[in-house]
Amino acid sequence: MDILSNLALGFSIALSPYTLMLAVIGCFLGTIIGALPGLGPSNGVAILIPITFTLGLDATSALVLMTSVYYGAMYGGRISSILLNIPGDEPALMTTLDGYPMAKQGRAGDALVLSGVASFVGAFLATIGLLLLAPLLARVAYLFGPAEYFALYLLAFCTLGGMASNNQAKAAIAACLGLGIAMVGVDNNSGLPRFTFGNMHLMDGVDFLVAIVGLFAIAEVFFFIEGHGKGSSLGVKLEKVTIPWKDIWTTKWTMLRSSLVGFIAGILPGAGASLGSFLAYMSEKSLAGKDGGFGTGVARGVAAPESGNNAAAGGALVPMLTLGVPGSGTTAVLLALLMTLNITPGPTLFTDRPEVVWGLIASLLIANVVLLLMNVPMVRVFVRVLLVPPWILLPGVTMISFVGIYSLSGSYFDLLLMVGFGILGYVLRKLDVPTVPVILGILLGGHMEDALRRAMVIADGNLMYLFSSPIAIGLWIAAVVGFIAPMFLRGVLAKPQRVSD
Amino acid sequence: MISDRIFGLVVVLTALAFIASATQVQTSFLTDPVGPKAFPMGVGVVAALCGLVMILKPDPDPVWPVGKTLLALLVAVIVLVAYAYALKPLGFLIPTAITAAILSYQISPRALPAIITGLGLSIGLFILFKFALGLGLVPFPKGWFS
Repeated sequence: MDILSNLALGFSIALSPYTLMLAVIGCFLGTIIGALPGLGPSNGVAILIPITFTLGLDATSALVLMTSVYYGAMYGGRISSILLNIPGDEPALMTTLDGYPMAKQGRAGDALVLSGVASFVGAFLATIGLLLLAPLLARVAYLFGPAEYFALYLLAFCTLGGMASNNQAKAAIAACLGLGIAMVGVDNNSGLPRFTFGNMHLMDGVDFLVAIVGLFAIAEVFFFIEGHGKGSSLGVKLEKVTIPWKDIWTTKWTMLRSSLVGFIAGILPGAGASLGSFLAYMSEKSLAGKDGGFGTGVARGVAAPESGNNAAAGGALVPMLTLGVPGSGTTAVLLALLMTLNITPGPTLFTDRPEVVWGLIASLLIANVVLLLMNVPMVRVFVRVLLVPPWILLPGVTMISFVGIYSLSGSYFDLLLMVGFGILGYVLRKLDVPTVPVILGILLGGHMEDALRRAMVIADGNLMYLFSSPIAIGLWIAAVVGFIAPMFLRGVLAKPQRVSD
Repeated sequence: MISDRIFGLVVVLTALAFIASATQVQTSFLTDPVGPKAFPMGVGVVAALCGLVMILKPDPDPVWPVGKTLLALLVAVIVLVAYAYALKPLGFLIPTAITAAILSYQISPRALPAIITGLGLSIGLFILFKFALGLGLVPFPKGWFS
């Protein structure tokens, strides 16, 4: 009954009016961030981090606010998928496949409500999974030494590169780029500067917030300038919103199955929500067979990816909290938040700072209910947000990014660096090089090197120490398989094309 | 094809430069078996190999912006760099209004909405940041109104 008493502790924190208010604000902001095309969850959370900082929130409050934004963005992504046929964020891509055809049949309201309920089921089950599984995994994590951590970081890069990208070499380059950037600054062990080229500004290293905001937010602005803000008018009208009880009832098993698939995909380090929604949709599609009518606007095709996506979002928090290895791009950004708040995720977090972990889990449960209430009766409010034209939205995002980064250090150098990362992000995405591994590299580079060096100190330079425990060997095998297997599964795992009018 | 080859070459050269500068990293007398050089050099080697793979097995070319669009992007970059330098000495309001207006114009080339967007964002965000969130922003250049 450990879990119940822990949950009681969590709810005692989460139900304080102030925390509750933060959760509601976070859910609202998150849904807007998710709904707006061009402002995804990682980018939205990244922009908000510096601002959270200057507000002087304590660790629990900041974490509650940001994870509410994170869950909210996962809900919000479906709105523009269904109404505009533009995924509001990457995981919502699969929702366009059946959501948009359904909306075109005049059932936009049904699709929005159904996907809202599916999101709730996915997120709720994943949060339950998180609170059952995380303490267990935290206990296993005590067995992890530096050799295991090194292998685990490697696994994160490999699965991320293998699953999330179409070209392994490009994903590996992105990871190396991030790792290389992480090396800039004073070396932790020897205290001597590396790769600073005598530049004083680089002695502290490159702040990952600068990189994240540059790579995601500023790069997005360049893409909108290139596209001249095309494709942002409302494609379908939203008529009356009623609750389609029949569809919800008939898709109950779909929601449960997809939640399970999504949750497992989310736990894999590096794989994340996009994989969750993808696998959930594909497995339901093959279960339904040819007569299922997937792709023509069926209820199951709307429910599956949304349950999968939100369950994966919850699952991705498991490795992030217990091992300090993020399961997706957005959890990488949340990890950045934890690090800047001086909280080290990992097994000790559960024993040293139970109020942070359990407060977070309790507020996730609350946020979920808030989100269901916001996203079903109030869905019209968020539909209205989609009417904000990109020529107001994108300059606004840029200005908020600048102020946020500027308020971190007050130096023009970080702003220049951010613009530089924006250009880099634009070029990389043009060349189909994924940018999430860069972020992961910058975040984890220091830890990965530390783990390697500590392992070598223990083993006195014997490289075989890296493969000395069953856990480490298992992780190495998983890493190699995770990187290589997708090459042979390309044909099976090919992403379906977006529906075109 | 050619884009990936060029990018691969850039990666290889950068990686080699990175490895070369890693060999120059000073080591202190108190060091561990790995030292501060090995990990960056390993990263450099992996990056160089992947760069070679890209040169040998390039993907199809993306569509690069040309002409006006490229110009619009260059203008945006220049404006953002100028904004980064201007924010401290010139205060928040004026540079923000100008930058936001130019960016807005680059996305949708209509002058009047762009100017209104610039002014609105500049004043609106200032009020939001200064009074609602309590950030210490300076509205105008030093010496005005004082």
